[in-house]
Amino acid sequence: MSEPDKPHARRVLHFAFAFKKAALSAFVSLVLFSLMVGIRTEAGPTGQLIYWTRFDELAGLVAATFVGSLVIELVRQWLGPAGTSQLVPASVQNGIAFAGRLLPPALLIFTLLVPVIFYDQRYILDLAILVLTYVMLGWGLNVVVGLAGLLDLGYVAFYAVGAYSYALLATTFDLSFWVCLPLAGLLASLWGVMLGFPVLRLRGDYLAIVTLAFGEIIRLVIINWQSLTGGPNGIPSIPRPTLFGIPLDNSDDGLAARLGIEFSPTHRIVFLFYLILGLALLTNWVTIRLRRLPIGRAWEALREDEVACRALGINTTTTKLTAFATGAMFGGFAGAFFATRQGFISPESFTFQESALVLAIVVLGGMGSQLGVALAALAMIGGFELFRGLEQYRMLVFGLAMVLLMIWRPRGIIGHRAPTVYLKEAHVISSDLVKEGHG
Amino acid sequence: MSGDRTDRILGVDQLTMRFGGIVAVNELSFDAGRRRITALIGPNGAGKTTVFNCITGFYKPTSGTIRLTHGAAEIALERLNDFRIAKQAKVARTFQNIRLFPGMTALENLMVAQHNMLMRASGLTLLGLIGAPSYRAAEKRAIDLASFWLRRIGLFERADDAAGNLPYGDQRRLEIARAMCTEPALLCLDEPAAGLNARESAALNELLLSIRAEEGTSILLIEHDMSVVMEISDHVVVMDYGVKIAEGTPQQVRDDPKVIAAYLGADEEEAIAVMESDT
Repeated sequence: MSEPDKPHARRVLHFAFAFKKAALSAFVSLVLFSLMVGIRTEAGPTGQLIYWTRFDELAGLVAATFVGSLVIELVRQWLGPAGTSQLVPASVQNGIAFAGRLLPPALLIFTLLVPVIFYDQRYILDLAILVLTYVMLGWGLNVVVGLAGLLDLGYVAFYAVGAYSYALLATTFDLSFWVCLPLAGLLASLWGVMLGFPVLRLRGDYLAIVTLAFGEIIRLVIINWQSLTGGPNGIPSIPRPTLFGIPLDNSDDGLAARLGIEFSPTHRIVFLFYLILGLALLTNWVTIRLRRLPIGRAWEALREDEVACRALGINTTTTKLTAFATGAMFGGFAGAFFATRQGFISPESFTFQESALVLAIVVLGGMGSQLGVALAALAMIGGFELFRGLEQYRMLVFGLAMVLLMIWRPRGIIGHRAPTVYLKEAHVISSDLVKEGHG
Repeated sequence: MSGDRTDRILGVDQLTMRFGGIVAVNELSFDAGRRRITALIGPNGAGKTTVFNCITGFYKPTSGTIRLTHGAAEIALERLNDFRIAKQAKVARTFQNIRLFPGMTALENLMVAQHNMLMRASGLTLLGLIGAPSYRAAEKRAIDLASFWLRRIGLFERADDAAGNLPYGDQRRLEIARAMCTEPALLCLDEPAAGLNARESAALNELLLSIRAEEGTSILLIEHDMSVVMEISDHVVVMDYGVKIAEGTPQQVRDDPKVIAAYLGADEEEAIAVMESDT
């Protein structure tokens, strides 16, 4: 609305425009919230509908939207079209860059110390294990979505394959966790290749739909193949992991008895914590290495321009399949860990919602960025727990936080890309240049 | 000159490409000489890019043969998949609308071009993953080759900048360097001078002549810029409506009344450029 070519006109405030915009926002929020907040319905004791109105809350929300929209628009008009580079002084930016370099090692050290700091708090340890599981899943999916640019909506399928591989191998053949883990990864990557083949020629939305279907197919097969998987009843009493054959239980040859210390169930939780941390760090290390190898560069080139890849003699078929297989393998590892941690698995754990959550972590973190994905997993899983005190407004606040994040950082928490090789100095590449892939 | 089999790198014979009822290329035959610069010219819509796409495997020709001669061996390009044409037959190409990897640095673009060599050296990734010295040496060589080409196109100082951030003329040259990093026997350039100013266009001429002289690479190019075509081509093939209407040296083609008529009928400015440009 304001003329960008006249700098002196920048501070002229268009109140009428701001009011119009705020009124529109208020109307939208009225329509949205009148059903979400304005009317509360419940089934009565005899099955009839009971409802009561909450118009005061509704009015408060609409008013907040109106005022908020007005203030934001006026502030925006007052500042003019300015990027962060103009708003934030250079010294602060340098400080942020320095803190950014310190963040990964600091985060790693903190993570290593979590079981020490929170040894008595079972809840936090369990939550940390959950967060790390999603960090690992996010890093695994990042290979497919972030690096190769292939949108995969059925990632949970490989998680399920890994979990059921471990559960079945361990309960049927009595194999130890450490034998089953690579097998679970191998089987999952086999399924990754099997998914990869039919979707090689698909792009964009079509690829997304087929991968979505693949995830559902795996789940439905698990539900219906009762003789093998136990169907909806799942697989109970999956063996717990052992420390190279030493069980972590209360028995005479358990770890506690051998070390001569008093048994505590926390030992197993701590062990599980370091196990998933190790697996996640392995995923991270392999992904970072792969990015600097020709295969990783080919994945990223594929995301940037598939036609150019073929003109350079890159076999795009095998390149895509390796991306699917690598991502699936990490999903399989995570699945095996999930099975051994839970001790019980059923198809309910592998719904589309899980795929969507992992994909949201990758997108929110910034596609292709390892640190971004880890931070996003922390925010999504940990943050969700943080809002537990808000009770019924939890989803609302969470949704709002995600929308705001996507407005401010449309390419994720860490949207820029670091080059894989450099001659003199590695400059980060702005997210405006990096393609999202056609998938 | 088309009968000289020992001295040709590419032989296109009776090439026809139909899209539904439209005949884009109709029984086109021509040869490209080894260590020569062959230009394919013609008015817009003459079917030049279609010929290119057939040669580089992006289209499967309806009929006809395309033979690439490597020493004694002849490779039938019309039977190979697109990426195998680049990998095995050593034919590299650039695109009319530049197709770099914009989010990767100039150096990375040139590293991706050496994918097949590096893939072999990395033992299909496994040797590379454990950081084997043989792979490290191969990567070092790849970086050296990339640096060599970056120096040659004058972009060494910008090696670590994103390709998408480079000026247009630099992107054109980088795309040629990327194609050269695949160490091709035949380099196919689709309008390399499009959008370049006179100075950049002169630098391009120099680059192409030096590629032919120093690397011994044969070049096939589509071009609208007559100053490029007339100055550096050894042999010119003129197409119109999918058929060849003339071929010969730049001088012969320029004086050919059929060529002048085709250009006058299609685009007056270009016809004048054909008649007036002096080599």
